[in-house]
Amino acid sequence: MPRRDPNERSTDFKEVALGLDPEMAIAEAERCLNCRHRPCVSGCPVEVPIPEFIQLVLQGDFEAADAKIKEKNSLPAVCGRVCPQETQCEQVCVLARRGQPIAIGMLERFVADQASAAKKARGETAERSQDKPKYKERIAVIGSGPAGLTCAADLAAYGYEVDIFEALHDTGGVLRYGIPEFRLPKSIVDEEVEYVKSLGVNIYTNVAVGLTLDFNEMLSSGKYAAAFIGTGAGLPYFLNIPGENLNGVYSANEFLTRANLMKAYLFPEYDTPIKVGRRVAVIGAGNVAMDAARVALRLGAEEVTIVYRRSREEMPARHEEIENAEEEGIKFQLLTNPARILGDEKFRVRAMECVRMQLGEPDSSGRRRPVEIPGSLFTLEVETVIVAVGQGANPMLTTRVDGLELNKWGNIATFDEYGATSLPGVWAGGDITTGASTVISAMGAGKRAAQGIHQWLTAKREEA
Amino acid sequence: MYKVLEKDLLAENIYRMVIEAPLTAAKARAGNFVIVRVSEVGERIPLTISNSDPERGTLTLIIQAVGKSTKDLVKLEVGDAVRDVLGPLGTATEIDENVKRLVAVMGGIGTAPMLPLLRAYRKKGAEIVSIMGARSQDLLILRDEVESLSDQVIIVTDDGSFGEKGLVTDPLRRLLEQGEKFDLAIAIGPARMMQAACKVTKEFDLPTLVSLNSIMIDGTGMCGGCRVSINGETRFACVDGPDFDGHAVNFDELVLRQGYYRDQEEHAEACKTYGR
Ligand SMILES: Cc1cc2nc3c(=O)[nH]c(=O)nc-3n(C[C@H](O)[C@H](O)[C@H](O)COP(=O)(O)OP(=O)(O)OC[C@H]3O[C@@H](n4cnc5c(N)ncnc54)[C@H](O)[C@@H]3O)c2cc1C
Ligand SMILES: Cc1cc2nc3c(=O)[nH]c(=O)nc-3n(C[C@H](O)[C@H](O)[C@H](O)COP(=O)(O)OP(=O)(O)OC[C@H]3O[C@@H](n4cnc5c(N)ncnc54)[C@H](O)[C@@H]3O)c2cc1C
Ligand code: SF4
Ligand code: SF4
Ligand code: FES
Repeated sequence: MPRRDPNERSTDFKEVALGLDPEMAIAEAERCLNCRHRPCVSGCPVEVPIPEFIQLVLQGDFEAADAKIKEKNSLPAVCGRVCPQETQCEQVCVLARRGQPIAIGMLERFVADQASAAKKARGETAERSQDKPKYKERIAVIGSGPAGLTCAADLAAYGYEVDIFEALHDTGGVLRYGIPEFRLPKSIVDEEVEYVKSLGVNIYTNVAVGLTLDFNEMLSSGKYAAAFIGTGAGLPYFLNIPGENLNGVYSANEFLTRANLMKAYLFPEYDTPIKVGRRVAVIGAGNVAMDAARVALRLGAEEVTIVYRRSREEMPARHEEIENAEEEGIKFQLLTNPARILGDEKFRVRAMECVRMQLGEPDSSGRRRPVEIPGSLFTLEVETVIVAVGQGANPMLTTRVDGLELNKWGNIATFDEYGATSLPGVWAGGDITTGASTVISAMGAGKRAAQGIHQWLTAKREEA
Repeated sequence: MYKVLEKDLLAENIYRMVIEAPLTAAKARAGNFVIVRVSEVGERIPLTISNSDPERGTLTLIIQAVGKSTKDLVKLEVGDAVRDVLGPLGTATEIDENVKRLVAVMGGIGTAPMLPLLRAYRKKGAEIVSIMGARSQDLLILRDEVESLSDQVIIVTDDGSFGEKGLVTDPLRRLLEQGEKFDLAIAIGPARMMQAACKVTKEFDLPTLVSLNSIMIDGTGMCGGCRVSINGETRFACVDGPDFDGHAVNFDELVLRQGYYRDQEEHAEACKTYGR
């Protein structure tokens, strides 16, 4: 994928990856073998008809290709950009074994962008469907992240009236508040949300279900025949080390929410402030850590260091994102664990004490467990620390629903492949059931839940 | 959009606004707050629900215009709309049946969040002694409401322009030294005032509830920006609070955390006022 020059892109929030042009796309499509047994499709959690859409790209019919993808995936412009393709569709492409797999993600992104541009050029806007819903049942979808949006879109397509409730003032979940503009422009999230609305879905923001509305009441009053819960993994974990409440220590959630949702990078045009010191340490090495580090760089930090207790091989972030971060000049302190954050007289971060680690025996996850090297304490001079060590289940709703079974991590327990919960009429999916995962797996769960809900309601109608 | 239905000036820079938010009004309880965003470019700021009317579908907010966001909010007139209102947030205050006698200590804008608690305790039949403090007479707000809800009201001003001259802790200490018995104290106001009140009540072993006003963003437990130390443990004020046992709160940390963005906030205001 062509990318912007690291020196230039690391100073602004414009998209890093440039996308393909039509010649490049068609050339890439030509490489596809159009395999009859379609191995690539099995690697995609929502089973995008990959060879079929690629054949349409080859014919130059990008809008038809877009429609083909949308049969299975209502958010191709998003997935083309953020899916970990290297471990999904592209990993199982037959060409992967012979070297270079088909760049499925890039093609998907290309097709979605082309179709959207063509529609815009014709002056078409996503018109709200005027069709009356086919069925009289109304369904509540809690959370407007990828799981909720997908479930709602599919339910609307089946013919139900759907209301999405979102606690924040804007839609998209992590797509809006977590993943930064330079990886996923918010105009794309807007377009995808408009598309979902065009199917007839109603979206209510500023509604925290459990607080603003009582979930038990929503169902017992009979207003909603069924509900889908897609409330995500929004609870930030901290390290519980001394000094973590100092000014200048952010959870990645706070840092990214300020920057993305609240557009603090446009301060003072936007009112929300954010502070980034000259030197920043980001703790953790997942996608969230990479995003936080790259945002910090763009906000003016001179030196940004990823601090991670295991080695390079264990870093959970996507390869492409690690590479992007390195190109932009992010430093890596691997096999390093923070022990304590030190403050100045004004309660601001001035440094972080760390210990060096070495890899010991493999632990239950199969990864070699990092153990402290005695006497290896050293100090990293930083003014900002961003903690990106993971997120847990969002408890806002789950702790306020009677009879909803949770697992020991606080995630909603599901009982079949559709995401049925312990409560009749209630399905769940996405990060709230699996813990922090991926956009596409959340979408897959939303899709399956829509199917489960439709089957359940259909059976109920037939019984009646 | 959430329409402004009423607005009046209570004291210099302190306004009462009644805002249409039917879903929130239907669920609001004493101790809850809302997150408000005035406009598309606005910050999300927390404000206590000072009163709610489920039938009319309205919330009463009392706003002290101290910085950019609160000033933008009070610039709205009746008929204008607030862009976003989310709530009711926070854990509602537990109204303890066993409290027969309450001392309520409020400073400045802290009177606004105190009102719903006074109403709730009044309903339970508790005897209420209120201590109200303000810098000067013209900043004394909601006196009529407090008087109508209390059995006794003691007023202090920093400059002596009304009531006693002094701080709220003066009459508080005096009452306790005189041997007056209370089952509970509630202190709401600036962090330093709550800290001082807790210091006094601690000496007399009087359980004290405070309402913490840390900086917040989402207000739903998602960012951890509002974290406070309670008995040395980190808690999120927006979901675990905002009410806490005052004797367990690390107030020094709260004050330092509240001040983190002061220079930038001033910059934002100056930029908007004088043009960038
Ligand atoms: C910084 C970051 C970068 C990431 N990068 C990638 C990537 O590159 N590729 C990838 O595939 N995945 C990535 N992920 C993971 C991916 O974003 C998530 O797995 C996915 O968004 C989960 O979707 P979801 O719909 O389950 O939940 P979310 O996206 O978390 O959405 C849940 C929504 O529900 C709302 N909500 C919660 N409780 C309530 C309530 N009670 N009432 C109403 N609304 C409520 C929340 O406000 C939120 O908007 C990243 C995650 C983060 C944080
Ligand atoms: C749970 C809760 C309930 C609240 N209820 C009310 C209320 O009912 N009425 C009301 O007027 N205010 C209330 N506040 C305080 C209010 O949220 C802040 O005054 C507001 O966010 C300041 O925004 P600003 O942009 O106008 O000022 P800023 O420019 O952000 O700040 C102006 C000054 O206030 C300080 N400050 C900023 N945020 C806070 C804060 N959260 N607490 C204390 N000082 C702060 C700043 O350091 C600065 O000195 C409440 C706060 C919390 C956390
Ligand atoms: S949705 Fe993701 S996994 Fe599926 S084909 Fe597209 S890029 Fe691959
Ligand atoms: S496996 Fe690869 S080559 Fe075969 S159809 Fe899929 S994308 Fe094309
Ligand atoms: S304000 Fe974000 S967690 Fe409390």
